[in-house]
Amino acid sequence: MGKTNQHLPLWEVFIRSKRGLDHKHVGSLHAADAEQAMQYARDTYTRRSEGCSIWIVRSADIHASQAEDSASFFDPADDKVYRHPTFYDIPEDLKI
Amino acid sequence: MPDDYRRTLIRQISQHAHSEVVGQLPEGNWITRAPTLRRKAILLAKVQDEAGHGLYLYSAAETLGASREEMLDQLLSGKAKYASIFNYATLSWADVGAIGWLVDGAAIVNQISLCRTSYGPYARAMVRICKEESFHQRQGYEIMMTLARGSKEQRAMAQDALNRWWWPTLMMFGPHDAESYHSQQSMHWKIKRQSNDELRQKFVNQTVPQADFLGLAIPDPELEWNEERGHYHFGEIDWEEFSRVIAGKGPMSRDRLEARRRAHEEGGWVREAALAYAEKQGTRAAA
Ligand SMILES: [Fe+2]
Ligand SMILES: [Fe+2]
Repeated sequence: MGKTNQHLPLWEVFIRSKRGLDHKHVGSLHAADAEQAMQYARDTYTRRSEGCSIWIVRSADIHASQAEDSASFFDPADDKVYRHPTFYDIPEDLKI
Repeated sequence: MPDDYRRTLIRQISQHAHSEVVGQLPEGNWITRAPTLRRKAILLAKVQDEAGHGLYLYSAAETLGASREEMLDQLLSGKAKYASIFNYATLSWADVGAIGWLVDGAAIVNQISLCRTSYGPYARAMVRICKEESFHQRQGYEIMMTLARGSKEQRAMAQDALNRWWWPTLMMFGPHDAESYHSQQSMHWKIKRQSNDELRQKFVNQTVPQADFLGLAIPDPELEWNEERGHYHFGEIDWEEFSRVIAGKGPMSRDRLEARRRAHEEGGWVREAALAYAEKQGTRAAA
């Protein structure tokens, strides 16, 4: 078989539903190129009008934050409570 | 993630994916012979959904590091298992009704439970699949209703389909809890949330009234409502047949694998051409 076993690259699929404000990741698929990936995404993820817009991106092009680094990466936000409105003591009847 | 947990999940999710893919074949057998255009369009949509289910599940398994090629190889080489129900033949149009009603019905009971499985991508695939399954069961039951209200011959067809599919459907839930080592481990890891026997009982309880409504008889002389338990009592599954079919000696086991292999080989030139085209476009864009 040889070449018939050549594998198709992986793509990630993002869909925006009619009333959705942003594209959401819905899954992945294998396709030779963007055009084919788009058609497969439509057939795989929007058979019941789930979307009005599709984004596809090669999985290889995604850079992900590393789970092992997540503590040092995200922790700095934890001690900045003053970024939240509830940090401030304001009399309630002022409606601020 | 513990290695055993990962391996167990890959095994279960890929088997589940294979089942969806092979599951297209028994019904696909009737697409060209559907009795009306309406039924044909419905059956096409249902079979296409099953292909989609396979894809969602392969994707979920890929998040665990299993490659699509590996999984496909295991299916085509006969190494991987899939639901043995699909190794039975679809002999009449009534079988399409019985499969939707019973086989998809049993799959729904199992899959609803799996929506709470401990691995997120598997659970999310299940949620998506469950949304689509209810149409499968309802179209099947509608076929059974039409036949059950039809001529004497049509009623006989419906009864015959129920006779042949009932026991294999009960087998879909797997061995008794006491005999299922995998199942205990999976319950412990919360991959499985309800036991085989629990799910089987749930299916029987909900299906008996549906058969009654059709005026069809479930082929089990022991079947009887047990007031005390609040469940239907039902007879023992033929576990020898179960083992035989699992071991790849089902009536259609060989045909199913051959059909999958043929489809894969015949699609080879398409994949090859698509890749060559993509490569050429890429070189052009770069130039
Ligand atoms: Fe399915
Ligand atoms: Fe289904």
